[in-house]
Amino acid sequence: MINRALVIGAGIAGIQASLDIANSGYQVALVERQPSIGGHMAQLSETFPTLDCSQCIMTPRTVEVGHHENIKLYTYSQVAEVSGTPGDFTVKIRQKTKYVNWDNCTGCGVCQEKCPWKAPAEFDRGLGVRKAIYTLSPQAVPNKPVVNPDVCVRLQSIAKGEKLKCGACLKFCPTNSIDFQQTESFVEVHVGAIVVATGFDLFPQTRLPEYGGGQIPDVIDALAFERLLSASGPTGGQVKRPSDGKEPREVVFVQCSGSRDPEHGVPYCSKICCMYTAKQAILYKHRVHHGQPYVFYIDIRAGGKGYEEFINRAQQDEGVVYLRGKVSKIYRDGDKVMVWGSDTLSGRKVEIAADLVILSMAAVPAISANGHRVPGLELALDMDGFYQSSDAELAPMESNLPGVFLAGAGIGPKDIPETVAQASGAAAKVLGMFRQALR
Amino acid sequence: MRKVGVFICHCGINIAGSVDVEKVAEEINRYPGVAFATTYKYICSDPGQQIIKNAIQEHGLDGVIVAACSPAMHETTFRRTAAAAGMNPYLLECANIREQCSWVHQNDRARATDKALYTIQSMVEKVKRNEALDPLSLPLTKKAMVIGGGIAGITAALDIADAGYPVILVEQSDHLGGKMSNLSGTYLNFAAAPDLLTRRVDRVMNHPNIQVITDAEVTQVDGYVGNFKATVKRVGQDAILSYDVGAIVAATGYASYPLSRLPEYGGGTIPDVMDALTFEAMLAPSAKFARPSDGKSPKEVVFVQCAGSRDPEHGVPYCSQVCCMVVAKQAMLFKERMPHGQAYVFYIDIRSAGKGYDEYVQRAMTDARALYLRGKVSKIYQDGNKVIVWGSDTLSNRAIEIAADLVVLATPMAAPDGTKELAQRLHISTDANGFYNEAHPKLRPVESLTAGVFLAGAGQGPKDIPETVAQASAAAAKVLQLFSRDEMKAEPTIAQVIPELCSACGLCVKACPYGARQVDEILQVATVNPALCQACGACAAACPNKASVVRNWTPTQILFMADVLV
Amino acid sequence: MGTPYFPGCTLTTKAKNYDTSGKAVAAALGMPLDELPDWQCCGATFPLATDNTMSLIAPARVLIQAEQTHAKQVTTLCAICYNVLKRTEFSLRKHPEQLERINWFVSTDETTAGQTYTGKVQVTHFLQQLRDDLGWKALSERVTQPLKGLKVAPYYGCLLLRPPAEIGLDDPDQPTIMADLLTALGAEPVDFPFKGECCGSYLAVNKPDVPAALSGTIVESAAKHGAQAIVTACPLCQYNLDVKGRLPILYFTQLLAKALELGEEISNFESQMSKVAV
Repeated sequence: MINRALVIGAGIAGIQASLDIANSGYQVALVERQPSIGGHMAQLSETFPTLDCSQCIMTPRTVEVGHHENIKLYTYSQVAEVSGTPGDFTVKIRQKTKYVNWDNCTGCGVCQEKCPWKAPAEFDRGLGVRKAIYTLSPQAVPNKPVVNPDVCVRLQSIAKGEKLKCGACLKFCPTNSIDFQQTESFVEVHVGAIVVATGFDLFPQTRLPEYGGGQIPDVIDALAFERLLSASGPTGGQVKRPSDGKEPREVVFVQCSGSRDPEHGVPYCSKICCMYTAKQAILYKHRVHHGQPYVFYIDIRAGGKGYEEFINRAQQDEGVVYLRGKVSKIYRDGDKVMVWGSDTLSGRKVEIAADLVILSMAAVPAISANGHRVPGLELALDMDGFYQSSDAELAPMESNLPGVFLAGAGIGPKDIPETVAQASGAAAKVLGMFRQALR
Repeated sequence: MRKVGVFICHCGINIAGSVDVEKVAEEINRYPGVAFATTYKYICSDPGQQIIKNAIQEHGLDGVIVAACSPAMHETTFRRTAAAAGMNPYLLECANIREQCSWVHQNDRARATDKALYTIQSMVEKVKRNEALDPLSLPLTKKAMVIGGGIAGITAALDIADAGYPVILVEQSDHLGGKMSNLSGTYLNFAAAPDLLTRRVDRVMNHPNIQVITDAEVTQVDGYVGNFKATVKRVGQDAILSYDVGAIVAATGYASYPLSRLPEYGGGTIPDVMDALTFEAMLAPSAKFARPSDGKSPKEVVFVQCAGSRDPEHGVPYCSQVCCMVVAKQAMLFKERMPHGQAYVFYIDIRSAGKGYDEYVQRAMTDARALYLRGKVSKIYQDGNKVIVWGSDTLSNRAIEIAADLVVLATPMAAPDGTKELAQRLHISTDANGFYNEAHPKLRPVESLTAGVFLAGAGQGPKDIPETVAQASAAAAKVLQLFSRDEMKAEPTIAQVIPELCSACGLCVKACPYGARQVDEILQVATVNPALCQACGACAAACPNKASVVRNWTPTQILFMADVLV
Repeated sequence: MGTPYFPGCTLTTKAKNYDTSGKAVAAALGMPLDELPDWQCCGATFPLATDNTMSLIAPARVLIQAEQTHAKQVTTLCAICYNVLKRTEFSLRKHPEQLERINWFVSTDETTAGQTYTGKVQVTHFLQQLRDDLGWKALSERVTQPLKGLKVAPYYGCLLLRPPAEIGLDDPDQPTIMADLLTALGAEPVDFPFKGECCGSYLAVNKPDVPAALSGTIVESAAKHGAQAIVTACPLCQYNLDVKGRLPILYFTQLLAKALELGEEISNFESQMSKVAV
């Protein structure tokens, strides 16, 4: 039995599982495809129902992971292959080309300042900009940048065999850490158990043409709105709409965009949207006192602790107007966004001329977005592409493969408390495995 | 002279929104003893912590104030940062300028800024006089106690026991399995559930590391994390059992809401009005599907969801989470038993958010032909051998009246009687609805605020089986983590006795609420049990000779702090 | 050799100009429309009853007659006929037992004795033929009088594109087929948000205020986006949208006839455009 665990995915699930295992005295190899850890929770402004600042509750953990003597962090990396048997897996990790020597880099940030080439920032869902050499956010762990070949003019000139262009980062880096000659590398680790915590992504807006198909700038998804609300976001926490930067006064939230839609979207419910919509509507109202948020819904799903009370707060104390009905069509009319919905409780059609529309896009498994099937790690998937637990009820953290455990939204959409519980639960399974081998 | 560094956090806009942090930094930099002051957006983040480390090393700081959120949030984190930079962690203090300043004075920036400044100044005065301390080492018993033998307790016990540690499982009733043993099927494992449960119960009963005590209650818990002494009493027996354990998992589950609290629904008076658990027993394959009043098999069955839940005026304000799914399941089971029967379901929202849950409810509607009506039920009464249900269908805007043969009320999952008392014994708290309070609702769902006491399952709040099982394994992981060390570390900022001043009068023993003080008769001096002392300071106030002092909270320090504030 | 063509009732009466212009345009492009020798009403709405068999007899009979021509497709101009026939074809392919019953029943009628539908002929729309058989490039090369400067809003209505799984002509939410046709003719297609909204349909008969309101909104939206005319493929839409002559409502075949210079008698372009005081 090798007393080391592999954790795939460093969102809050992967982070929690890693800490539980590492704090019990075992080694952890934590692999994350993005340049830094934190997943979607790092993009949130505040969390429901307490409205805690997401960064505030999360950063102690991300920092602990970054410094933990038992955790080896492999970011900007992917698991390429797994072989062996439970207790003795051989894992090949592909470290993508960063073009920066992270052993030397101090994370000073000068390269990002000096780089002249900009691109839409993925962390801000395209609403903000980043440079060709970038970290996801100023609080990134590790706080070291990578170079994106699609935007870096120097790399493009190298690839085309032309005269070398730019190189500003190379010039200004005080520790000589830029390396345009760098190639991807492979690392092999031996582990006894694996925890898969790859999380979720959002259903693309292009799949919902009746809601504008991603073409209307002022129709955004909830994660993008989260970035607008965030103090560390592209607008410093001021609610400004993408098209003209004006403060939106009439804001419409459309729940179930793509979810609960077997014909057109995904058949399942994405579980967290009712709660985060209420949260976003409340936060919006706190920022824009004279604004009016509307929420179109089918059923309000607020089962967790304090959740029902939170929805009541949105409806009764914060003046959010809830309309029970689906939205049939969203289109642009001048500088307004027209929303056609219905209010089934009054039996009437509703048309709202909105300044900004936020879609609760369905949560889909991140793995399918990757199209990434790791050889040697053929995990069973359900019909919707999420990992299939060996028993969804009594063994949700166990997969079809012995020694391989699951946690978080990769199994199915869920909120943070349930994610954290599953992550610790998966850690318990790993610890049990390691300890059983002692006897 | 101490060199104190002050690090002020913006906390995004949480602090900077009401406090002019730059101005505070400027002012505090001029304060005697302060060698360095700066601000940062999120001081708890990696770059933020690096700033602290760098400053400690560059300026040779031997005192640090982090002016940010409550020390309950990140004091441990920052103390670790200080230690990593080579400074004694107990020379770092947190000044709370968020919960106690920016958050409560959002409309008065000038005065909030002043208050923040004074708060920091007073903490500077304290830290200037702090002692460098080392954490204390305490022994650790690697044995766990799980209270509650339902699916949560069973799962936690198995995970801990499988990892090789002994577990004492205490169960109130005479059998294991809890409420799950009353279910004839679950929505994810329709028919297999009872069998799956039985197998787990068997594993527990036969596990070499698990000792099961049924018909038992935990009557007292003394001690602290790693060193609890739990007293267990069995029903009808005088003998008291005592166990030394290092960790406790509270998995005491839920209770059924009393039907008598729903008189408008005929609860407790109409025989054919029952709760879902009772209907579950009626649906059991071995049972004759007979209604209580006359033993006939009911054909028209009405399910009333939210019967008491989501009802702040009259019932409980919270949602019981599982009922929408339970009702869908029972509607399907009912249709299997009575193919010509008709189920009606009155609901407000359908909460079927889990994986496959929405599809499941759809099946209840399409395959079992359950008629779902969106509206609350206002009244239920007996009329001859029928039970009349008055409800509404808000989607067609009509009042509905159904003459039912049987009515099933989806009553709330309530905290069982005695939960509050057990919580007190465990030194943990319960919320307004009687459920155990977790340490943090998002990131610490299975920990209580008392170290060493963990929570799992419906005792912490209504939840379904998958979430219960996840929490139970999570609680086990916390226990395993605790047991992975060979000794416990305790905080050194506790009371100490200055022996030259102590006259062994014993007043501190009486004053201490934690039983942490004793008088050593031979040495004629008072002693402090470092593991029990909670640094409340009662002893320091009681001692007439000023012989009892809380480390790093000395009278001198407090007076200097007060000097700033008053 | 032309394509078997089903005109439907309205195109032989109230919408005769659609039929005339369509036939002329098709002939000019070398893909003539050969009207089926014997046909009857398509049924006018796709039946949505639990048991559709009886109501499918009429459209099924059209398919049976078309199959006798041994051609691979039978084409239509009227969007309603297209919808009914296409969905019937889909239903018969999906339910072989239904097809068997219908084939048997129809064959008992002496006029169609021994004739069956075996799925060899597919239902198409003339727009589809223009896009897939001829191609927009080839079409633009045949245009002798490009409709330069003419801003036309394509209006699709409901039945030409929905339900997408059964019709499959174009994307129901973001269709381009008529816009592409207009571009090939040299005109300027005007996109507007109401291009797929209902015109009011048969309510023109018993609740005329409903189509008046619905169609009024559609036409106003097109006008607001700069359209000088609206083009459609459905006679009922043409009728409903012609709201007090607010904008000229033309069949796409009329524009084709104009661009191919087939003469005013065929295209009726000038008379239609001048009817309105725009």
